[in-house]
Amino acid sequence: MTIAEWLDIGWVDQIPVRGSRTVQVAGGDDIAVFRTAEGKVFALLDRCPHKHGRLSQGIVHGGAVACPLHNWRISLSTGEALGDDKGCTPTVPVKIDGGRVLICRASTLKAAA
Amino acid sequence: MEYRPLNPGPDTREHLVVIGNGMAGCRAVEELLARDADRYRVTIFGAEPRVNYNRIMLSPVLAGEKSFDDIVINDADWYAANGIALVAGDPVMAIDRAAKTVTTRGGTTESYDRLLIATGSDPFIIPVPGKDLPGVIAFRDMDDVDTMLAAADAGGDAVVIGGGLLGLEAAHGLSLRGMKVTVIHLMPTLMERQLDEAAGWLLKNALEARGQTILTGADTAEIVGDAKVEGVKLKDGTLIPASLVVMAVGIRPSVALARNAGLAVGRGIQVDDHMVTSDPAVLAVGECVEHDGQVYGLVAPLWDMCRSLADGLVEQPTGYRGSVTSTKLKVSGIDVFSAGDFSGGDGCEDIVLRDASRGIYKRVIVKDDRIVGAVLYGDTADGSWYFDLLKKQEDVSDLRDLLIFGQAFASGGGAADPKAAVAALSADAEICGCNGVTKGQVVSCIAKGAHSLDAVRGTCKASASCGSCTGLVEMLLALTLGDEVQAGPKTMCKCTSFGHDDVRREIVAQGMRSIPEAMQQMHWTTPDGCSSCRPALNYYLLCALPGEYVDDQQSRFVNERLHANIQKDGTYSVVPRMWGGLTNPTELRAIADVVEKYDAPMVKVTGGQRLDIFGIKKEDLPAVWADLNAAGMVSGHAYGKALRTVKTCVGSEWCRFGTQDSTGLGVKIERMSWGSWMPHKFKIAVSGCPRNCAEATIKDFGIVCVDSGYELHVGGNGGIHVRVTDLLCKVATEQEAMDYCAAFIQLYREEARYLERTAPWIERVGVEQIKARIVDDTAGREALRARFLYAQSFSQDDPWAQRAGGAEAEHHAPMARFIPQEALV
Ligand code: SRM
Ligand SMILES: Cc1cc2nc3c(=O)[nH]c(=O)nc-3n(C[C@H](O)[C@H](O)[C@H](O)COP(=O)(O)OP(=O)(O)OC[C@H]3O[C@@H](n4cnc5c(N)ncnc54)[C@H](O)[C@@H]3O)c2cc1C
Ligand code: SF4
Ligand code: FES
Repeated sequence: MTIAEWLDIGWVDQIPVRGSRTVQVAGGDDIAVFRTAEGKVFALLDRCPHKHGRLSQGIVHGGAVACPLHNWRISLSTGEALGDDKGCTPTVPVKIDGGRVLICRASTLKAAA
Repeated sequence: MEYRPLNPGPDTREHLVVIGNGMAGCRAVEELLARDADRYRVTIFGAEPRVNYNRIMLSPVLAGEKSFDDIVINDADWYAANGIALVAGDPVMAIDRAAKTVTTRGGTTESYDRLLIATGSDPFIIPVPGKDLPGVIAFRDMDDVDTMLAAADAGGDAVVIGGGLLGLEAAHGLSLRGMKVTVIHLMPTLMERQLDEAAGWLLKNALEARGQTILTGADTAEIVGDAKVEGVKLKDGTLIPASLVVMAVGIRPSVALARNAGLAVGRGIQVDDHMVTSDPAVLAVGECVEHDGQVYGLVAPLWDMCRSLADGLVEQPTGYRGSVTSTKLKVSGIDVFSAGDFSGGDGCEDIVLRDASRGIYKRVIVKDDRIVGAVLYGDTADGSWYFDLLKKQEDVSDLRDLLIFGQAFASGGGAADPKAAVAALSADAEICGCNGVTKGQVVSCIAKGAHSLDAVRGTCKASASCGSCTGLVEMLLALTLGDEVQAGPKTMCKCTSFGHDDVRREIVAQGMRSIPEAMQQMHWTTPDGCSSCRPALNYYLLCALPGEYVDDQQSRFVNERLHANIQKDGTYSVVPRMWGGLTNPTELRAIADVVEKYDAPMVKVTGGQRLDIFGIKKEDLPAVWADLNAAGMVSGHAYGKALRTVKTCVGSEWCRFGTQDSTGLGVKIERMSWGSWMPHKFKIAVSGCPRNCAEATIKDFGIVCVDSGYELHVGGNGGIHVRVTDLLCKVATEQEAMDYCAAFIQLYREEARYLERTAPWIERVGVEQIKARIVDDTAGREALRARFLYAQSFSQDDPWAQRAGGAEAEHHAPMARFIPQEALV
C-alpha cells in the first residue's frame, strides 16, 4: 500500500475568507489553516512564536495574521514574525485539488511529535 | 496561396488526426502548416456542427456586439485550401491505441499515425436537484448562445450561477438583451480568483448600478420547476424566479476519451514539454491537458502550447515551459485587469492607488524589486505594461516610486525622483481636483503658516475631500518647509492618511455601507487593511447603519468573534450576565452544573459583580451557552467593546442609608443598554447614597442616588489611569436618569474614536461640550436617546443563543482531526 503524502482535510469553502479553521492532531499542536482575502490557503502550527498564542484566532490581513494575545504579526507563508519581532512558527505545506484542501502528511506528523 | 497539384495517387503522407475543432486544435494545425504544409495529411473531428470560431468572442455575440460570422477564425475555404478533412457534428467516441484508430458516434472509423487530442473543457454542472430541467444551460459554445438568445427574446428573468469571468459576461449579455438578471455567487466577492476584495467590490457596485442583482455569499440549494425551469432556490430559502438558468461555476478538462483509452490523466491529460502524452503517438493540447501540474482556462497558454507542439511535430523541438496569465473582463464600459499573484505575503510590497472620484483602484505587488502581480480597476491602460514587466521579471527598483502612476509617468520626463517631478510642476498645475486647488495656492498657504497636512486641509482645502492628492500635498510641504513640517493628525493606522474623526465623518457624510467601500473612498494604501483599522471601520459602520450593516466577523478581535475571553492557554472564560449583580438559585445551579460538566478548573467572582467560568474549550462553548441559556442567562459581553456590567449596591430596599432603589434602577438600566456595541468597553454603576458602595464615580456612567433624586456622573475610569467622574447634572426621576443615560451612551457611540474610553474622550472634548449636548439641548438629547433605542432594537439578540442554535458553527469546531496512527495510513 502506498502512503499518501497529503492529508485531505476538507473543502476550501469551509474556511471563512480572511479567517481560519483548525485541524486537531492528537498528542500535538493544532494546525491552523488560513484563507486570505485573495483566497490563498496557508497552514501553520497554531502556536505563536511569542507565547504560544493561538494564531487561528487572530485577525487575518494581507498575507499575515495578528496574534490574538499580544498582536505580533506572523507571515502566513513563512511563519516568520514581521516587523521588529523575532521568531518563527513552523509552516505546513498546503495544496488545493479540485476545491479540496490537502496538507502535508510529514509536517502534520511532525506537529504531533 | 501556393498552387499544389491534386495528388492523383493514394496519399502516403503520415496521417494526423485531430479530435476537437476548437481554438487549440485548429491553432495547432495552423502552426504546423506554417512550418511544413505538406508534411501530414490532416483530418479534424469536431463535435460542434460548424467551422472553427473564436470562443472567447461568444460574449460579444451574446451582447449583440458581434455576429457569428464576425468570430469565425477559419472558414470552410480554409479547410479546403489546405486539404484538411473536417468531420463536423460527429464526436469521436473511442480511441483504439493498439489499432491506432478513432471511431465516431456516427460509426466512422479513421486510422491515424499521430493523434492530437484537443477536446477542451466541459462546463461543471453543480449537482443540485433540477439541474437537468430544460432551460438550465452552461455557457460554452454557440448552441448555448442560441439558447440564451431565444430565452431573451421571450423576455423574463434569468439567473446566472457563478460570478466569475464567464458568469459576469453571460449576465452582461443577457441584461443587454433585456432580461432581468440575478447573479448568484458563492464567494463573498466577485471574480475572487482574479480580483482582490477591493476591486471585486467596485465591480459589484458597477454591475448593480447597471440594474443587475448580485448576490454574493449565496449558495444554490436547488433549481425548481415542473417541466422546465421556474426559479432557483438558495440554501437560505430565498426563491428567485427565472425562465433561464446559466451555470458558469467552472470548467473541468474534458478527459473522458483519453482516460478510456488508458492514457495518463491527472486533472487533465498529462503531457510533457512537447505536448506528448504517455503514448508517444498521441499528443494533446489546450484546456484538456495538464502540464507540470498546471491546467489552464485561458487562451494565451494555448498559443504557447501550440507552438511547441508544432515544433515537435516537425522534429525541431523547443519545449513548453508553462505560462503566466492575465485576465480582462469583456464587459463594455467596465475595465478590469488582473495578472500574476496578488495574494501578497512575505517580502511582498503592495503599492496601491485609489481615486474615488474617478472610480479607480490600482494595485501592483512587488517582491524583490520585481512585479509579481497586478490588479487594476477603472483604468487598465497600463495593464499590458505591468504584465510585460512581470513576465520579463524586470528590475523595477528605479521606477518604484512612480510605478503606480503608469508607464507615461514612470518612464516619461526622466524624473525618477517624485519630489523632483512635483518640484518641476508649474504654479498653476492642479493639485487637488476635488477642490480645484493649484500648486501655487498650496505653496502660498504653506508659506502663510499652514505647516502641517491638517493645516493645509483646513485652510486651502487641498486633499480635504477625497484625499487622493495627500501624497502630493505632503511632498509640497516637504519641499517648501524642509524639516519644519509638523506631524499631521494621528492617522488611524498605517493604511490611511486620515485620522479617526475624518474617517467617521466621511462614512456618515457619504453614506458608505461596507468596509471595502470605505477603503476605496478614502484611498486606503493596503488592499484589506490591518488589525487596527478593520475593527474600527466595522464599528463605525455598525454604529452608522443600525439594522442594516452586516457585521464583518473577520474584522472582529477574537473575543468578540467567539463571544468569550481568550486566555493565555487558548481556552476561554465565560461570563453570563447577572442583571445589576443579582442572581438566584436557578442561575447559580446552572453555573455550578456547567463548571462540573465541562471540567472548568476555576470559577471566580469578578470585579464587576458576576461569576466568571474559566478554562472552557473553544469547541465546548456552544454547549456551555446552551446550558446557561436554558437557565435564562445571556452573554455578559465581558469580552466586548460593549456594555459590560451595571454594578449596584443594595439601596433603599435593604440598606439603612439607602435613598432610592439603586438595585432596581441598575437592573432597568442594564436591560436597556445590554448588547450595544461601543467604541470601547462601557461600565455603569448605581449607588444608593453618597457612600457610593458601587463605586459609581469611577464608571463611564455613574448614578449616585440622593434624597431629592439622582446625581448623574460621567467619564470615570478605574484601570490604568484612575479618573474620577465629572458631574453631569442632577435629575428628579428614574425615567430621566435612564433617558440621560441612553443619550449619553449614544453621544459616546457616535462621537468618540474607536478604542477611546469615555474618560479620555471627555478630557479631549471637555465636559462643558457634553453638558451642552445632553443637559442644555433637550431636543438633541431626545434625538440621541431615540437613536440609541432604535439601534438597541437590533442589538439585543443574545449572541450566545444564536451560536448555541448552530449559527457560525465553523468558529468553534475544528475542520478535521487526526490521530497520528490514522495519519500514517
Ligand atoms: C474578569 C475581570 C477580573 C476579575 O476577575 O475580577 C477582568 C478581567 C480582565 N480585564 Fe478588567 N476585569 C474585570 C474588571 C475590571 C475592573 C473593575 C470593574 O469593572 O469594576 C476594572 C477597572 C474599572 C474600569 O474599567 O475602569 C478593569 C480594568 C481593566 C482594564 C483597564 C481599563 C482602562 O480603561 O484603563 C483593562 C485593559 C483594557 O481594557 O484595555 C482590563 C482588561 C481585562 C482583560 C479583558 C484583559 C484582557 O484583555 O484579556 C481581562 C480578561 C480576563 C478574562 O479572560 O476574563 N480590565 N477590569 C473583571 C471582569 C468584570 C466583569 O464582570 O465584566
Ligand atoms: C464565453 C467564453 C468567453 C471566454 N473568454 C475568454 C477570454 O476573454 N480570454 C481568454 O483567454 N479565454 C476566454 N475563454 C476561454 C477560451 O475560450 C478557452 O480557453 C479556449 O477556447 C480553449 O481552447 P480549447 O481548444 O482547449 O477548447 P475549445 O475551444 O473548447 O475546443 C474544444 C473543442 O473540442 C470539441 N470536442 C470535445 N470533445 C470532442 C470529441 N469527443 N470529438 C470531437 N470534438 C470534441 C468541442 O466541441 C470543442 O469545439 C472564454 C470561454 C468562453 C466559453
Ligand atoms: S488586573 Fe491584569 S492580570 Fe488581572 S485580570 Fe485584569 S488584566 Fe488580567
Ligand atoms: S503569544 Fe502571540 S503575540 Fe504573544
